[in-house]
Amino acid sequence: MTRYPRWKFFLLMAVLFVCGLYALPNLFPDAPAVQISSAKPGGTVSDSASQRVLRQLDQAGLEHGPGEQIDGGSWLVRFTDNDSQLRARELLAGSLGDDYVVALNLAPTTPGWLRAIGASPMNLGLDLRGGVHFLLQVDMEAVVNQRMEAWAGQIKLSLKNEGIRYRDVQQDGQQLRVQFANSEDADSARTLLRNALPEFSLDSDPEQRVLVFNLNPTALKEMQDYAVDQNRTALNNRVNELGVAEPVVQRQGADRIVVQLPGVQDAAQARRILGRTATLEFRLVNQDYPASRAATGVAPPGTEIFPFRSQGDRPVILERSKIATGDEVTNAQMGFDPQNGTPQVNVSLDSAGARRMQRVTSQNVGNPMAVLFIETKTEMSSRTNENGETEQVPVSTTDRYVINVATIQDTLGSRFRITGLDSPAEASELALLLRAGSLAAPVTIIEERTIGPSLGAENIESGLKSMALGMVLVLVFMLVWYKVFGIFANVALVGNLLIIVGIMSLIPGATLTLPGIAGIVLTVGMAVDANVLIYERIREELKKGVRPRQAIDEGYAKAFSTILDANITTMIVAVILFSAGTGSVQGFAVTLFIGILSSMFTAIVGTRAMVEMVYGRGARPPAKLSI
Amino acid sequence: MSNKAPFSINFLGIRRLFAALSIILVLGSIGLLATQGLNLGMDFTGGTSVVAKGENEVIIDDVRSALEGTPFEEATVVRYGSPRDISIRVPTLNDMPADQVGPRLTEVVESKLPGLKVQQVEFVGPQVGDELRDESGLALLMALGLMLVYVWFRFTNKFGVATVVALLHDVIIVLGLFSLMRWTFDLTVLAAVLALIGYSLNDSIVVADRIRENFRDTRETDPEKIINGSLNETLSRTINTSFTTLLVLIALFFFGGEVMRAFSEALLVGIAVGTYSSIYVVTNMLFLMKVDKQDFIIPEKKEVDDMP
Repeated sequence: MTRYPRWKFFLLMAVLFVCGLYALPNLFPDAPAVQISSAKPGGTVSDSASQRVLRQLDQAGLEHGPGEQIDGGSWLVRFTDNDSQLRARELLAGSLGDDYVVALNLAPTTPGWLRAIGASPMNLGLDLRGGVHFLLQVDMEAVVNQRMEAWAGQIKLSLKNEGIRYRDVQQDGQQLRVQFANSEDADSARTLLRNALPEFSLDSDPEQRVLVFNLNPTALKEMQDYAVDQNRTALNNRVNELGVAEPVVQRQGADRIVVQLPGVQDAAQARRILGRTATLEFRLVNQDYPASRAATGVAPPGTEIFPFRSQGDRPVILERSKIATGDEVTNAQMGFDPQNGTPQVNVSLDSAGARRMQRVTSQNVGNPMAVLFIETKTEMSSRTNENGETEQVPVSTTDRYVINVATIQDTLGSRFRITGLDSPAEASELALLLRAGSLAAPVTIIEERTIGPSLGAENIESGLKSMALGMVLVLVFMLVWYKVFGIFANVALVGNLLIIVGIMSLIPGATLTLPGIAGIVLTVGMAVDANVLIYERIREELKKGVRPRQAIDEGYAKAFSTILDANITTMIVAVILFSAGTGSVQGFAVTLFIGILSSMFTAIVGTRAMVEMVYGRGARPPAKLSI
Repeated sequence: MSNKAPFSINFLGIRRLFAALSIILVLGSIGLLATQGLNLGMDFTGGTSVVAKGENEVIIDDVRSALEGTPFEEATVVRYGSPRDISIRVPTLNDMPADQVGPRLTEVVESKLPGLKVQQVEFVGPQVGDELRDESGLALLMALGLMLVYVWFRFTNKFGVATVVALLHDVIIVLGLFSLMRWTFDLTVLAAVLALIGYSLNDSIVVADRIRENFRDTRETDPEKIINGSLNETLSRTINTSFTTLLVLIALFFFGGEVMRAFSEALLVGIAVGTYSSIYVVTNMLFLMKVDKQDFIIPEKKEVDDMP
């Protein structure tokens, strides 16, 4: 019998030790905690604020931990039970006000020495911990239309500046068609615009009177990428504003964004905040025309007419040009008017916005300025397509109305306030949306999965129960059928479980889901298959009259290629499943893949090591095997 | 050869009977799939489903009558695991924005049926459903295709064809059963079917490997005797490997909760059929293609790492 190489023992021990170590954090239950973070993106929690929090908790008689800094500038306090956690959140949310966001969280109780080596518990999927999952579709048509309109405006402007006369500029999807009265005008326009718009390829009709601008595919893609990324950032800010611990906001594919909010129970609020595209514009009120002109609904040149919401939608004429927009808002806080107690939003502008605001207001002291509220809502609506099928398409509607008109008393700078809001709730939502930034394009929810926290806990329980039962059944079967060799297989099986949990905890992106637990359960059943194949082969060799040690060698050697087949085929389908499935099913693919790999290791290398330890030593070869 | 086999069952005596049975089952399944198709779950059709828990047992008819007169009259109401849980499924409605169905249905359920609390809302937009359906079909075909490629490299033609036919046999029968029973076919069931594709092939490979080995090694020339001997030799591993997997699936079926039920159903059936097919479909195909010793005059296979 060949000597079993010593390095395999060491490798086995090392793998088991490392995986066992990294699996350990899963044994420590999470502690209820309250997480406090700054409402400003990138802001941190000041020392004075954290000291104040601890004092308040002491005064309220809530038992709490010392408080600790965590990733991303947040600060976290642990509690001994859920009740004090909830009470603390209520207390702090009231006292910290708008500057900080207070969220419930679960803090891992991994001991310091384990954290020092980077060990942490497995990530649990939403189906196990409860929460909301949204898949948002970015309305690309709206993005394209918006940009094309801007380019059309640019073309008109440069033609006008050069005194070239055109008949019409039409937008048709990703195409702009500029019509001229004669080919001379078209020619000079072509010379002018040839290099001005690198995003387009330029064409003309046979009669040379229409210039056709076609948007380049690369420019289109850049535009879409920009819109999706900007939306992702804005959504990220909004999610942070909601006070969710460990949210996920990720781009998926060309035009979609996944938002996952663990622990969120109020899906309605989340969906309202995420989907809204509200912004503001500050404009001067035009006073050159009488109110009767506004009532006709036809806006004089250079102006637009909007309803004034708090005055029974009375029409107001505003200048077309904007002083500042919501994009230039750097901070917005809800507050109350000290004189009459009505809700207001305190706004800060960035330097460009502030400069313009200062310039315009200094020239217009005594004139009224309006705050225009713009909200785009996108809803799915059905329509019948050319095949006669009913399909759902996103339809965007934009609401614009004046929420406030105030006389400019003095030159305004970077800080001022907006009044005329209906309720404190409206004020705080507007402040939130202004802080978080507007969405570059409207979004619609095209998939939602909300799982209540108690259902999540139930899922964990049923997953663990079925895993325990399956494990016990398999252990008993192997022990009864293969005796001592069955024990080897069983020890290897437990080792296999340890390795799977260890690796799942080690990979930062791996998430355990309910189908993921099913994947582990399934690998429990399949891991011993390798042992069945080996042991049956050994039995067969023994029956042929081969001596025990040689039978072991033969059994392992001959079963190997069959085991390899079995596992390669399953790994192939795991990879396919991972690429085709979504969230929770991907969790199945991940555990199946890891489980297959680790089971090959434990069921072959692991059991072999044990066989060698029991039957491989001593001068005399074993006379009989317990198999 | 025959003296070392722990069993001596004459498998091939009734192989024609089983060939007929397999053909009937496969044709029947294809017929069912062609005529009534699969009862596709929400993942693939789009729509909204809500799971609610009551304080006591929930009477399904109460829920149905509560939904009468609301836009959700067409909803499917079924028990979801325990008597306290129900699931309400609503297809995509024409006169309501798809993403609004969940919130409104939740409102209707919780206001009209006091004591019921919504635990889970799932909404899949129609376009997402269509995509998932396409991607899943593609994944199924890709898995089958790659298995074909794998088997092609692994075996000579006749064995490759036999194992692939056995694989298709298993998948078609499982899908046929889902169609017959109107069990919901969703993403987790697809996961089960894909896992089955990997698993079913293994079973056949164990048997096919041994048949091939025996064709090469023995002096026996009668294919029937060689194959029957091989089946007997591998019988205990064919049964035991399936049995351990069935054990864990039974655990999943009874304790895994509602989400895992359909998953374990698909695999339980699949592995039972797969075990049968690795014995009968593989061998029947080999006979059909008239396998004999001439097929094995090929160069020796290269030695694999023989020391694990």
